Amino acid sequence: MKIHKYDTVIVGAGGAGMRAAIESTKRSRTAVLTKLYPTRSHTGAAQGGMAAALANVEEDNWEWHTFDTIKGGDYLVDQDAAEILAKEAIDSVLDLEKMGLPFNRTPNGTIDQRRFGGHSRNHGEAPVRRSCYAADRTGHMILQTLYQNCVKEGVEFFNEFYVLDQLIADVDGVKTSVGVVAYELATGEIHVFQAKAVIYASGGCGKFFKVTSNAHTLTGDGQAAVYRRGLPLEDMEFFQFHPTGIWRMGILLTEGARGEGGILRNKDGERFMEKYAPVMKDLASRDVVSRSIYTEIREGRGCGPEGDHVYLDLTHLPPEQLDAKLPDITEFARTYLGIEPYTDPIPIQPTAHYAMGGIPTNVQGEVLTDNTTVVPGLYAAGEVACVSVHGANRLGTNSLLDINVFGRRAGIAAAEYSQKASYVELPEDPAQQVIDQVEHLRNSTGTERVAVIRRELQECMDANVMVFRTEQTIKTAVEKIAELRERYRNVSIQDKGRRFNTDLLEAIELGNLLDLAEVMAVSALARKESRGGHYREDYPNRDDVNFMRHTMAYREVGDDGTESIRLDYKPVVQTRYQPMERKY
Amino acid sequence: MATPVLDKAEAAGQPEPGFADSPYITVTFRIRRFNSEVSAEAVWEDFQMEIDPKERVLDGLHKIKWDLDGTLTFRRSCAHGICGSDAMRINGKNRLACKTLIKDLNPEKPITVEPIKGLTVLKDLVVDMDPFFQAYRDVMPFLITKDTNEPTRERLQTAEDRERFDDTTKCILCAACTSSCPVFWNDGQYFGPAAIVNAHRFIFDSRDEAGEQRLEILNDRDGVWRCRTTFNCTDACPRGIEVTKAIQEVKRALITRRF
Repeated sequence: MKIHKYDTVIVGAGGAGMRAAIESTKRSRTAVLTKLYPTRSHTGAAQGGMAAALANVEEDNWEWHTFDTIKGGDYLVDQDAAEILAKEAIDSVLDLEKMGLPFNRTPNGTIDQRRFGGHSRNHGEAPVRRSCYAADRTGHMILQTLYQNCVKEGVEFFNEFYVLDQLIADVDGVKTSVGVVAYELATGEIHVFQAKAVIYASGGCGKFFKVTSNAHTLTGDGQAAVYRRGLPLEDMEFFQFHPTGIWRMGILLTEGARGEGGILRNKDGERFMEKYAPVMKDLASRDVVSRSIYTEIREGRGCGPEGDHVYLDLTHLPPEQLDAKLPDITEFARTYLGIEPYTDPIPIQPTAHYAMGGIPTNVQGEVLTDNTTVVPGLYAAGEVACVSVHGANRLGTNSLLDINVFGRRAGIAAAEYSQKASYVELPEDPAQQVIDQVEHLRNSTGTERVAVIRRELQECMDANVMVFRTEQTIKTAVEKIAELRERYRNVSIQDKGRRFNTDLLEAIELGNLLDLAEVMAVSALARKESRGGHYREDYPNRDDVNFMRHTMAYREVGDDGTESIRLDYKPVVQTRYQPMERKY
Repeated sequence: MATPVLDKAEAAGQPEPGFADSPYITVTFRIRRFNSEVSAEAVWEDFQMEIDPKERVLDGLHKIKWDLDGTLTFRRSCAHGICGSDAMRINGKNRLACKTLIKDLNPEKPITVEPIKGLTVLKDLVVDMDPFFQAYRDVMPFLITKDTNEPTRERLQTAEDRERFDDTTKCILCAACTSSCPVFWNDGQYFGPAAIVNAHRFIFDSRDEAGEQRLEILNDRDGVWRCRTTFNCTDACPRGIEVTKAIQEVKRALITRRF
């Protein structure tokens, strides 16, 4: 076991982690721990753009953007946070440009902008061009630009270091962050990082679904680490299903494709979104479009022999436009489906995409231990966190924005905190829990296999807690997850070695997915309404009287060691926008 | 040579996406294995499986890891050609395992999978990427401007100026190009194509003001002149970057000092 001491430790090197690192490295001695290499993060898979009311191509302002974000989130958004997001969006985009990001340009040389789902002029009048983009590679460009600037600032990375535990101590009755415990993949060695401030920026947990746009490595490691230490997770029932994943594979095809004029069609060739969203049509918010697609499929208007998908039609767009604006996704269609998007429509289906919920934070990125109390020294930003700027449904292009705005804020806040705070003493055996966990898995002779349990989990989640949910399906999921968690105790791995033991890593990741899947299902069961990404067929309407509140899920351990989930609720911050019926 | 086999019943339980009408075929993966905890020597090992030819080589590797042999070790993340984790040598050619479909490989013959060359193998298909990233860092891969007084708004750039370096912005740092280069195999000191591509990305960016410095770095004896224009790098690039052309443009810029 090795012990390291840093002012600030950042867990994760995607967009939020690296944006935070650029700030915190300037102000404090910072280490970035990533289970991959920095440029491997799934930020790079984001395509369509980053929203900011630059008004470069048409009239726009941040207040409209704030409203769209709140409405898009079905009024579960904390309105003070959304206002910060929309206001600081402008400088965030300009900062990235100054860091070197190669945005597409308008004829007069400014940053070009395009339409995106749910972003509108004057509170819903018509779509507005707000998304700043670099072809359909905006996430890639953000990730590369941030890494380039980390190289410039001399950010210290620990690559392929997998954080397994968050250390928390009681300091004068206040839960305080002490540091993290990490597993070095190359050697199997355990490292304790004592830090005045820790920032989680470790991304989402979409891999508990089968059809997902998420990377294999998005297994909710950060959420699970703090949850197991008794901190709450907020709004985990809200998961976004992106309307256009490649059929059965889930690979993302950007909403920018519809922003450029692409149209969704059913088997009759009908532009069905006109029925569901007369104004915004194909550019309604993602939850609305995904439900519409499944409604078409359920009512027998799906495409293909099994009627299980619809088409994304780009054939009416000039090939030059596809080449210039959508080069990557058209290539995906050619590579993975053997389809030429110039002439043929692309089969698509909704794909599990983004966790709106996560580790609760305030607008400084400080992690909360209940509805109001912060955990000194603990921060989170990006998909791992829940500020909440996305509420019940995130708007497209607001995630690349979120990682930049709140990554930056968390980086500054954490570094400023670590400048004035002192180290909290490490507990006697800081790595004991991790050592026990790792050795248990390495030595287990159980009969269960990681791949089998993971497959069953993913199939259960797709079948029961996807776009449409009912009490019955969610209960089925809760029971199945409980069974899988029990079987997981009996899981064993084949690779018993120390070096690059990815077999062990996958087993640990599965444990995280199981914990988070349970939180999601239990939170969903209790929310007896439909709001944003959480749609209950047995409660099809939004219920502001009983459910205009955030879910807070806590892990409880009884005296006899039994685990359970306790749900509590947190008020939504409302400033100037009264909840209205949501129409597109 | 061990030959674990995935039986049909087991395989039928988890057909990947798609393609209900396409028949499963039997393929053999022949994988270069190395684990210093087991043996000092690398060995070839065969694995046979039923697989849909429209699946990816990465899907095949996962079938092995998940159902046959959990010790098989490789890097991967996004699984659709964006993150750059899974560059490997497949049938003798550098590719991303997640962008290579079985049907494009002649599944009649064993599909050989080896680690990329020129970097130290750490375990199975995992290589030491540190020298690769060091070469990248050495070319100062970040925008450098001299104006101390930054504009309030964005810097302006014409669409044509933006287009000038578009190709080299696509790089995902997977190392497929560098590890396909015979010069790099013979001399690890050579910067290699990926570092030059990333220098090109800034040298030809109209906003950047450190082109001269980067050119001097690449004028080094281990720099751009080592390129023998074998085009391996261009063939290997999973992003379709015209790598050799970019290197030639850097060479030309060094001669003419115009860029």
